[in-house]
Amino acid sequence: MAEERTNPTPDLQAGGNGYKSGSNLERVLRAGHFAVTGELGPPQGADPEVIRRKAHLLKGVVDAVNITDNQTAIVRMSSIAAGVLAMREGLEPVVQMTCRDRNRLAIQSDLLGAYALGMCNLLCLTGDHQSFGNHPTAKNVHDLDSVQLVRMVAELRDDARFQCGDEIKEMEPRFFIGAASNPFGDPFDFRPYRLAKKVTAGADFIQTQLIYDIPRFREFMKRVVGMGLHEKVYILAGVGPLKSSGMARYMRDQVPGMIVRDEYVDRMRAALKGIPKEEKARRRKALRSTGIQICIEQIQELREIEGVAGIHIMAIEWEEAVRPIVEGAGLLPRPTDFLPSPEIGGGAGGGGQEYE
Amino acid sequence: MIVGEQKPLEEIMGLLGDARKVLVVGCGTCVTVCFAGGEKEVGILASELRMKSKLDGHPMEVDEVTVQRQCEWEYIDPLEEQLKEYDVVLSLACGIGVQAMNERFPDMLTLPGLNTTFLGLPEEQGVWEERCQACGNCVLGLTFGICPIARCSKQLLNGPCGGSQNGVCEIDPDTPCAWQLIYDRAVKLGRVEQLLEIQPPKDWSSSRDGGPRKIVREDLRLVEAE
Repeated sequence: MAEERTNPTPDLQAGGNGYKSGSNLERVLRAGHFAVTGELGPPQGADPEVIRRKAHLLKGVVDAVNITDNQTAIVRMSSIAAGVLAMREGLEPVVQMTCRDRNRLAIQSDLLGAYALGMCNLLCLTGDHQSFGNHPTAKNVHDLDSVQLVRMVAELRDDARFQCGDEIKEMEPRFFIGAASNPFGDPFDFRPYRLAKKVTAGADFIQTQLIYDIPRFREFMKRVVGMGLHEKVYILAGVGPLKSSGMARYMRDQVPGMIVRDEYVDRMRAALKGIPKEEKARRRKALRSTGIQICIEQIQELREIEGVAGIHIMAIEWEEAVRPIVEGAGLLPRPTDFLPSPEIGGGAGGGGQEYE
Repeated sequence: MIVGEQKPLEEIMGLLGDARKVLVVGCGTCVTVCFAGGEKEVGILASELRMKSKLDGHPMEVDEVTVQRQCEWEYIDPLEEQLKEYDVVLSLACGIGVQAMNERFPDMLTLPGLNTTFLGLPEEQGVWEERCQACGNCVLGLTFGICPIARCSKQLLNGPCGGSQNGVCEIDPDTPCAWQLIYDRAVKLGRVEQLLEIQPPKDWSSSRDGGPRKIVREDLRLVEAE
């Protein structure tokens, strides 16, 4: 199915196979494999060890790993810097870039730097509002919105032009361009159209918001497939293991743009049945194994939905859960014949090895 | 109109410092309509200042005057003689009025008594909402009369972010999502297809980002430019 995908702007520069960036993620998807991406949240500090530790948990388990960009508007190590550290550990990063903290000059300059350092996947985001984070009195930027960001990155790559129209004379950054989609945001009827706008703007892949309402996601995908979007873009369904019924309730009630069906809250609660309160370790274990089990079942269900090309696992501050999830879903080992190589790798650095 | 809100009394007292003779100057236009700096509010604040300063043991002499429009020379020029009697002026106009006073009367310090909040309208009695950011390049023609620059928390031009749910913005359940409003209006008008076009990055040079703005209309000037 995936091999038959149309390549809207075929490009022969990145290795002669029509690859846009030549990244591992792009190769996995182009080869028709069901892709697996993960997430790695940089620390709220300057310790590179945190990245190394998390990277080891994800290595060989995911095809690429998203490095979040000041997620929930909390200051963390830069996604590009953390991406370099993750790459040194043998992981391929998907650099996340929001419109909240940078204007078009800063974004383009950082993208030139990120590419020079060997990054070749990018996820373009609007960004959570700063009022959620630890600097609520900050000024936000939003010079561009995420659709405009996708287009700008596509033009950097495909036209070798900066947003202003000036030509890039030396080397254009060639990213595999991602965008987000939230099938659970409103207005629901507009969500497939917004996805279509991102595709028109130049998105190569889409990662969705966490899915805890599969019927609604199914309806969303029906519309997306009806519009033929799944033939133009790779859609990775977002999942994440629940840690407790409290976490499920919090996401259901407190996180804007999320829907969590009661069945998940109930199942997490039921996991504790018969385990006395004082047996904390047992309760914790029961919750965690139920969270992982639910996630595995979700992946199996999502995999069957037409147009889903892969899975994006967001195990927030629980990277240990990713291996059992991927393994349990029957998605190991990951394809390795597409590992980035210096010859055809995306970035000028050509892969992580250089930094070891 | 310009909507303002009075600063807390403590902050105003702090700004006034050890001034003994204060003139509170109101404005009869926007801030009168939004009950923040008209004749009535000037009277109330002046009384508060007299009482508070007396309680603090340093009584202030506070007089009151309200002009029709503090942002036009012709309305503030008549204050010139009167101002000389005071240590300081406290303006209850918007930031434009405060600056006009300082500009016109460079020997007299005029302090702000209001925070100029936004350009908006009274949604109902006692409730004002922002409607315009004066970006200098109106997009209302693309968004069915609902401004995403002023009313979307992220100033998005291509549709709602992932935080829009049940018609409200992610930052506050009392803030409607501008893009939900725009989408609903598009549906009502049968023009959803207009929202499928990608809006290019906005030219912010007409906004504050381009530096302080100025309009010159030669057809209206009384003195020709050199």
